[in-house]
Amino acid sequence: MKSRTGRFSVNRRTRTILTLILIFAFLFGIYLAGTIMSDELIQADFSQKGLKPSWEHPFGTDLLGRDMLVRTIKGLSISIVVGTVASSVSAVIALFVGVAAATGSSRLDHFINWLIDLVMGIPHTVLLILISFACGKGLRGVLIGVAVTHWTGLARLIRSEVLQIRSQQYIEVSRRLGHNSRWITIHHILPHMIPQFLIGLILMFPHAIMHESSLTFLGFGLSPEQPAIGIILSESMKYLSTGMWWLAFFPGLMLVIVVLLFDRLGENLKKIVDPYSAHE
Amino acid sequence: MRLEAKNVSFRYNERSPWILREVTVTVEEGERVGLIGPSGYGKSTLLRLMGGYLKPASGEILLDGKPLEKKGISPVQLIYQHPEKAINPRWKMKKVLEESGMFREEVMEALGIEKEWLGRYPRELSGGELQRFCVARSLFQGTHFLLADEMSTMLDVITQAQIWNLMVKEVQERNIGLLMVTHNKALAKKVCTRCIDLREQGGR
Repeated sequence: MKSRTGRFSVNRRTRTILTLILIFAFLFGIYLAGTIMSDELIQADFSQKGLKPSWEHPFGTDLLGRDMLVRTIKGLSISIVVGTVASSVSAVIALFVGVAAATGSSRLDHFINWLIDLVMGIPHTVLLILISFACGKGLRGVLIGVAVTHWTGLARLIRSEVLQIRSQQYIEVSRRLGHNSRWITIHHILPHMIPQFLIGLILMFPHAIMHESSLTFLGFGLSPEQPAIGIILSESMKYLSTGMWWLAFFPGLMLVIVVLLFDRLGENLKKIVDPYSAHE
Repeated sequence: MRLEAKNVSFRYNERSPWILREVTVTVEEGERVGLIGPSGYGKSTLLRLMGGYLKPASGEILLDGKPLEKKGISPVQLIYQHPEKAINPRWKMKKVLEESGMFREEVMEALGIEKEWLGRYPRELSGGELQRFCVARSLFQGTHFLLADEMSTMLDVITQAQIWNLMVKEVQERNIGLLMVTHNKALAKKVCTRCIDLREQGGR
């Protein structure tokens, strides 16, 4: 598109979609790179130990001579997988619980509200550690822990949204046209939940990834053999005082970047999907 | 058939003031009745009561002498004042008609609904066009009574005339009973066979 001044310009919607695609491609690229790269690249090589960042090793090497760039990408790749699975499960739980609370009996609604308050009331990290530990640590423990603790906010949001839609006139009309509440939930209410669901899902990613890393950092998450970001960060803590700053700096920075990108992805998607802010 | 509200009283809860008190209204099949009265006299509330959307505090709503069924397809259909609120904004217009099984050519033709509109979303149609869909949706086989709650108030005069012409034609052909709320006395005179003033009915 050419604007009047002759310079290349695109409108906001196109720009948002472009950003969305770019971010998605970047994150997907990290995931692919992490899965495709062979483990041989992070074999211990004591001739290369403790090197500062250089062209050969952009993120430096650790005390076992492993390339930190490869380790970081592999770690992020695991984080992304954990984030995807855990937040998908969480979002589906939220959808079911939210819709059930809003359409079910008032006793069920009270129970679900109580449950949400309960899960929200316990300090997040403590609950995560407990669940992860009880489920046998490792990848499975982390996944279950993150999945069953992150649905509360979205569930509450979906509940109030469903309540609001249920009081609309077209729902009353539908009822007088002889449709039962299951039909109404599926045809009238659920389509309204798609934006909330998708955005909630993506905005849950950063939380899931951060909690996975912090669990692993504290030693309750993934096992030390896995090149997870949390493991890398907790290892590097030991060597920070010896001046090996690159061990923590680059992986930490990458983690922050990935988390921010997911956040951006969600915000951009919100602008496109949500009809009320679409024309802002 | 006959739809009647018998000594109906209504208020929202024990402490709030009465909105309707001992109101009795009867509509016969094929009759077109206008309901007039100042704002706040409970015209819309009475319509919602008669349509089965609200439950009266006392008195009863009878269809052919029997209480109105709560579940299932209702032979009494209400048409709202704001069509854009009465249609799901995420549905295409075709689905709106299909919801009551009224995706039928003769009805669309009778109400002047163009084929092109069916693939659009509600916000891509004007108020008058949307209101036609609301009317079409309510006019399925089992409908015996239509309750129109100021259904043309937000339309311009030409569109009002169009919609009412179509409406009266349909209602006459199918011998449907019509109860309409309006502030427009001239419109009531033109459309209705008789008028009821809520002020004389103990509306307050």
